[in-house]
Amino acid sequence: MKNTIILLATATALATTATADEISFDLKDPKGVNNIVFKLDAPLESINGTANGISGTIEIDPAQPEEIEGKIVVDTKSLIVPNSLMQEHMLGADWLDAEKHPQISFEVKEVLNPVKNGNEGTADVKGIFTLKGISKEITVPAKVTYLPGRLADRSNGKMQGDLLVIRTNFQINRSDFGIKAGENLDKVSETIDISLSIAGSAPKS
Amino acid sequence: MPTYLRITALVLWLSLLGWWAAAGMNTGWTKTSVSTMETDPITGIEYPVWKKQFVPGVDLVAAGTGCAAALVTLSFLPLRKRNPNHKNQ
Repeated sequence: MKNTIILLATATALATTATADEISFDLKDPKGVNNIVFKLDAPLESINGTANGISGTIEIDPAQPEEIEGKIVVDTKSLIVPNSLMQEHMLGADWLDAEKHPQISFEVKEVLNPVKNGNEGTADVKGIFTLKGISKEITVPAKVTYLPGRLADRSNGKMQGDLLVIRTNFQINRSDFGIKAGENLDKVSETIDISLSIAGSAPKS
Repeated sequence: MPTYLRITALVLWLSLLGWWAAAGMNTGWTKTSVSTMETDPITGIEYPVWKKQFVPGVDLVAAGTGCAAALVTLSFLPLRKRNPNHKNQ
């Protein structure tokens, strides 16, 4: 009985130690810096847009970045293109249907080929990408930079904590997500280039 | 009258071209807002800053050229001359 109690106590202590180094980064950026840039290059029209309504959390142990977990969420209505009429069409029912599908998300499932170099690391991140209500598993190359103690610099000393910067570039096909498959290809390209640059903050009390 | 139409067409077309050139000769579609990229000094992230700005595109130039061409075409149509007998009645 005594041995069992000691074993349980040790296991609990180990489990606590294992999760103690995991840091949760909030991706909601009050500075509005976090952004996504998307590009569509069709024969008759080139569309460059951005999105900044980013939220979600990333949990990571900086010592073991391959253990990363989390979800990045983008508010569909935060997508902006340079022409107001084009934006109206983009968010409308025929294209992204923002009223019915208010979020675009990427949920991390697995980290492949991690390479760590100091506070930076690269990896192929496998996850579930959801757009217009359709979820597909995709793998994207990501670069992660851990900035310990830099939250104070960003908040003018109001908050202490760490920052995590994530960057990735990848492509999706709109037909995979039920966005007018095979239609209007002369003006709206099938392939969408996406660049994501986000910083998460982990305040320390 | 035909001369006035042709001059109007030329002025319209040249004004439009001048406006388009002065606005940066945007070879894309007309924009109602533009973005510039800035860099966050702490994270190094480049982010867009949008502002409302009207930038004419090739669609507007095409529409203006069409209007000018229509005026020139109109100037070649045979116009009915006013009957001088009706003048002093």
